Amino acid sequence: MTQLARKKIAKLERLAELAAVHANEGGESLWREAFRRLRHNPAAIVGAVILGIFVLVGFVGPFLVPFSPTQTGLGFVSEAQNIIPGPSAQHWFGLDHQARDEFSRMVVGARQTLLVGVVATAFGLFFGCLIGGLAGAAYGLGGKRGRSLDNVLMRFIDMLLAMPGLLLAVSIVALLGPSLTTVMIAVGFVSIPTFARLLRGSMIAQANAEYVVAATSLGVGRRKIALSHILPNSVAPVLVQATLTLATAIIEAAGLSFLGLGNPDPATAEWGAMLTDALARFEFAPRLAFYPAVGIIITALGFTLLGEAMREALDPKLRK
Amino acid sequence: MALLNVEDLTVVFGGKDRADVRAVDGVSFEVRAGEVIGLVGESGCGKSVTSLALMGLLPPKGNKVTGKAIFDDGVNLLSTDQRTLRDMRGREIAMIFQDPLSSLNPVVPIGVQVTEVLARHRGMTGERARKEAEALLDRVGIPDPRRRLKEYPHQLSGGMRQRALIAMAVACRPRLLIADEPTTALDVTIQAQILELLKELVHQDGTAMIMITHDLGVVAGLCDWINVLYAGRVVETASRHSLFAQPTHPYTHGLLASIPRLDSVRGDRLNPIPGSVRDLLPWVEGCAFAPRCERVLESCVEGPPALVGGAHAYRCVNPFGADS
Ligand SMILES: Nc1ncnc2c1ncn2[C@@H]1O[C@H](COP(=O)(O)OP(=O)(O)OP(=O)(O)O)[C@@H](O)[C@H]1O
Ligand SMILES: [Mg+2]
Repeated sequence: MTQLARKKIAKLERLAELAAVHANEGGESLWREAFRRLRHNPAAIVGAVILGIFVLVGFVGPFLVPFSPTQTGLGFVSEAQNIIPGPSAQHWFGLDHQARDEFSRMVVGARQTLLVGVVATAFGLFFGCLIGGLAGAAYGLGGKRGRSLDNVLMRFIDMLLAMPGLLLAVSIVALLGPSLTTVMIAVGFVSIPTFARLLRGSMIAQANAEYVVAATSLGVGRRKIALSHILPNSVAPVLVQATLTLATAIIEAAGLSFLGLGNPDPATAEWGAMLTDALARFEFAPRLAFYPAVGIIITALGFTLLGEAMREALDPKLRK
Repeated sequence: MALLNVEDLTVVFGGKDRADVRAVDGVSFEVRAGEVIGLVGESGCGKSVTSLALMGLLPPKGNKVTGKAIFDDGVNLLSTDQRTLRDMRGREIAMIFQDPLSSLNPVVPIGVQVTEVLARHRGMTGERARKEAEALLDRVGIPDPRRRLKEYPHQLSGGMRQRALIAMAVACRPRLLIADEPTTALDVTIQAQILELLKELVHQDGTAMIMITHDLGVVAGLCDWINVLYAGRVVETASRHSLFAQPTHPYTHGLLASIPRLDSVRGDRLNPIPGSVRDLLPWVEGCAFAPRCERVLESCVEGPPALVGGAHAYRCVNPFGADS
């Protein structure tokens, strides 16, 4: 296994430990307490505000934009003479190289970014939890056969984990052909091993918890124990990870678009693709690169801040 | 006829990179229907391992269980398959654990956890199960059971949590109840209430019970028969009356002497047994208690002492009462 994969696994295992502690804390109160600490953490508030604005812009912004994001010829643009009009009262962010309203494109791009991030993360979350949950339940409760099922599933996951994420995503796009759906699948696929490892780890940690032994001592069946006892106690670190993954998903999706592997239609407003277009005009209109780059950085930062704050709030070792 | 006949139960923990630990070392005892017996001993003497072995709840790897535990003249609990055990657990044999908070699932309401057992063994669902759960909580003395069913474990007090666990354990009227230090995690006042409740329940249902504790005071008012354990072996076994009237093994003697008494002179020191369980000799070399024993003789370390003495048996070569 590569160094990279080993490091990733170690990190996931640490996060999974959260769940084990979680079990001994009294569930509802733990959530409530975590939420209280989250509210008192400035990083969490900043993250939440950023995301609030981002989501709001993504949802309602496209209905309010002053211009259609695809409408060209809104002003005089000459690339030969290096003329692209900058910000004005009418066009707040100026025009782009095809004389489209940059501000409207940014707002509509926010929706696209939100969509890609959420769908890709949901994709990874679903399949990751499916594999991880199955492996965790099989390992924790299934005896010898369970252990070999877990083994097979986890070796597959380790294989994925051993590959650098972006490379894997690029290969998937290359395989399926560039489109928005492909980008979402590719980015989501890359996060599958993370979720799988994490859920499996916290489920295994839970499998030896005392309440599991107690439920077993009452004759409760194995499937029931896995689904209604172990699983609900194992989701905390997965939720944290999902928030953090939203940030990387946005960056990765932008990266794929930047490499020209996203939506092949050049008219669509998409932050990653806008960055690519901007690069060719960087010398005389650097602001065209600035807007999408800042957009990507700030939203990713928002998810990361919130995710890390959630992790801290749930981590008993950091508790006062 | 015994309900449970445990014969030569031995549990050895071991692994590739660990030395073997004989946590339980040839323990034999029997429980008759409706009878309450006590397993008494210090921390680490193998009480919990004994009960987990009987329930088939030891981890699947890293230990070896030998001996026999015949339940109701039929099934050997130590060798039967997990499927049979799963059907018996909760219905024929149930267990109550030491720490009620960690024995309840923190994110599932009490009611769901109780009805789960009813669904599993009594086929009850929906409103019928809820009614029965309410009746069960009422039976174990939880006030306002309808509201409590909707609450989460952390919303209940320690005593109430243990009552809820007891309710689940007796839900299907098992014939044997194993209580592993059910009061250790509770306040003294609550302890007495819980013991009283258990006593009442087993009496009403005719349930046999194995009461596991480190506290002779607990077994004094509860058990018909008492087994004293030391380092994985039974060192003294007697009826309650006989044991308290004539504690024979120096370890039992020490346990009794270390209980504070109301009639002792103020300022008198308590008499704890010197040393700790860790200062033990492997049984194969001699009496494991010898390093801490005030009556130790040379013959104590010349080989493992046998269990002698008929109905009130003890494992000692120089017992109390021998010199008088
Ligand atoms: N899973 C395990 N692996 C290795 N050793 C174990 C394991 N479980 C228990 N032991 C050992 O078995 C011995 C008996 O443990 P047990 O839990 O039965 O003690 P106990 O009498 O119940 O004590 P307490 O009063 O503290 O509950 C201890 O020395 C312990 O270290
Ligand atoms: Mg114990």
